[in-house]
Amino acid sequence: MSERNLAEALSSAFDTALSADERVVLLGAGDPIADGLRQSYGPSRVIDTDGAAEGAVGAAFGMAVAGLRPVASIGFDGSSCLSYERLVDRVSRIRYLSRHRFTAPLVIRIRHVGRPDGGRDLATLDSALAHVPGLKVVVPSTPRDARGLMLAAIEDPDPVVFLEPVRLYPLGEDGIPVASQRIEIGQVRRELEGEDITLISWGSMMPETRQAAGRLSEQGFSVEMIDVRTLSPLDRDGIVASVDKTGRAVVVHEAPLSAGFGSEIAATIQERCFYSLLAPVQRVAGWDTAFPLKKGEPIYRPSADRIVAAAARTLE
Amino acid sequence: MRGRHLAVSERFVGKPRSALIEHTEPGVTSVDEVPPIFGLVNWDGSPNGRLPLTAEELRSLYADMIEARRFDTVATTMHRMGRIVAHTTLRGREGAQIGAGASLRPADWVVPTHADPVLTWRAGYPWKLVILWRIGDERGGHAPEDVNILPPAPSGSHMIDAVGLGFAEKLKGSERIALAAIGDGDVSAGYFHEAMNLAVALATPTVFFCQSNDKTRHPTTNQGRLQTVADLARAYGMPGVRVDGRDVVAVLVTVQEATERARRGGGPSLVEAVMDYAGSTAAEERSPDRRDFEANGAEAGDPLERIRRLLERAGIWTREWHDEVEQEASRRIDEAVAWVESQPLPIPGEMIERMYATPTAPLVEQLSTVDE
Repeated sequence: MSERNLAEALSSAFDTALSADERVVLLGAGDPIADGLRQSYGPSRVIDTDGAAEGAVGAAFGMAVAGLRPVASIGFDGSSCLSYERLVDRVSRIRYLSRHRFTAPLVIRIRHVGRPDGGRDLATLDSALAHVPGLKVVVPSTPRDARGLMLAAIEDPDPVVFLEPVRLYPLGEDGIPVASQRIEIGQVRRELEGEDITLISWGSMMPETRQAAGRLSEQGFSVEMIDVRTLSPLDRDGIVASVDKTGRAVVVHEAPLSAGFGSEIAATIQERCFYSLLAPVQRVAGWDTAFPLKKGEPIYRPSADRIVAAAARTLE
Repeated sequence: MRGRHLAVSERFVGKPRSALIEHTEPGVTSVDEVPPIFGLVNWDGSPNGRLPLTAEELRSLYADMIEARRFDTVATTMHRMGRIVAHTTLRGREGAQIGAGASLRPADWVVPTHADPVLTWRAGYPWKLVILWRIGDERGGHAPEDVNILPPAPSGSHMIDAVGLGFAEKLKGSERIALAAIGDGDVSAGYFHEAMNLAVALATPTVFFCQSNDKTRHPTTNQGRLQTVADLARAYGMPGVRVDGRDVVAVLVTVQEATERARRGGGPSLVEAVMDYAGSTAAEERSPDRRDFEANGAEAGDPLERIRRLLERAGIWTREWHDEVEQEASRRIDEAVAWVESQPLPIPGEMIERMYATPTAPLVEQLSTVDE
């Protein structure tokens, strides 16, 4: 099996879903992943909704309630905010308000953090979405997870927001089996197994976290590394099991520190691993600033250095 | 009420009739007359009647066009080399952007998008800052003190800004107006409706300048089937006119009419500069539809050549003068690029210091970790 990158893995997931289930439709535009499939499946299965972010979510909602399985791509983080009202007020609550009579099994795709021109970027959206009851929030960091989680998201009976880290699109991975099926939503993935410290991250910060893990290993530490993959519902057991074993945790995310999703993870660890902890939980995150234009990105984005420094504080 | 309802139903028994069925066909709007496209200079360079500009003003517009073309050429190359983060060629759209930019007075408000660097420059934003922003450096977002141009906005939702800006100026009793640079693609976004509606309701001094490059109507996209954006303006209750976007003189004269009308308290209006599908996002440039379109040869007429012919006919264009103008334009753009590329990298902590008027306690704490 040849190497595939994350974008190709998503495309292959859509291809699989479109051909297996005629209820599946894609909405969006200016998105090479979906646009590439329009040739094969036609404009009724791959619908062009350019410029209408709230319209795309609103239309997808209607389609989902009426029995389709829409997957709507609504651009980058910033423009997706236009549809936040639809997501919070309508999509997330329809099952609850109608007492299971109506449901909205749709997938909302957001190109997450790292728009090429930087003009409409936000890194803050993950915690804002994870805070909405009724939505599931998925953030893959590898091609294999992207494909497997997308297939699961499309089949999920509830609305799933799928955050696609833009900077990871070109990231390759060998040998994703074409037949590989869904990966269950709501489970962390343990990327490294170790005894001394747990590094916890997801999505766009996985490369730096991996780098930091490598450097800590070189220093002789046994590092466990966890890719959270699903922010909602959070796999608390997966995180707790790891920190109970290592006694030390560093949470890494790209969104600003304050009220970031790292707080939720740190609080979980404090509640459930208190007696196993050997050091305070550390958070390494973006600063409490706007997400910068391109030149500011390397300054803003937490570096492997910062992760190693935080880990060192817990290992002292 | 009940009886009346029955009576209406009875009328429909047999032969169904309705205004909708009789006056529209699928995919065709019900507007009978498409507003004409206004032009002042013909393609052969002959003027349509008397032009309300002096020879010097015309030569100055030409020089601006040359400078804009030079910028676009340099920026396009820099983008391909990765030295500029995002740039889509404006070739063929310089006339529209120069015309609109030149219609403004100093300190008027402008709400541009990433696609409007030439308009932004002509309205008073220095090249070096235009280019600095485009290489991804936020210092390019700091407009000079006497220039009221906002940092490039994400398109689709930005036009509403110009309604608020205009309303504030109206309330203050100033003569400033606000211009929103929009495109026909923005009509697909929900904010278009709110902006148009509110501008009319509040009678704000706002000009919606729409560069229509056929994105909405063109069969390569599926955004809608509008015939003109100008029609929409009229439906909202404001003037909506179409002008040839490749005729810089016509754009200038028309947008100026709109801005001066707004200044006098006449309220909002929309000017639609109509152009061929000349350039769009990088994603579209890669699409097979777009390549077909280009192969089929709908190459837009060149607005620069059009005004050159006008000057030549009027006896105010020579090759020597043109060469001088071009050299000067190149020098200015090269100088701006050299300045931009000699800027030091942004200072890490500076980012933290400009998030609030005074850095908040968490930010002060974070500032101490910057050097880690």
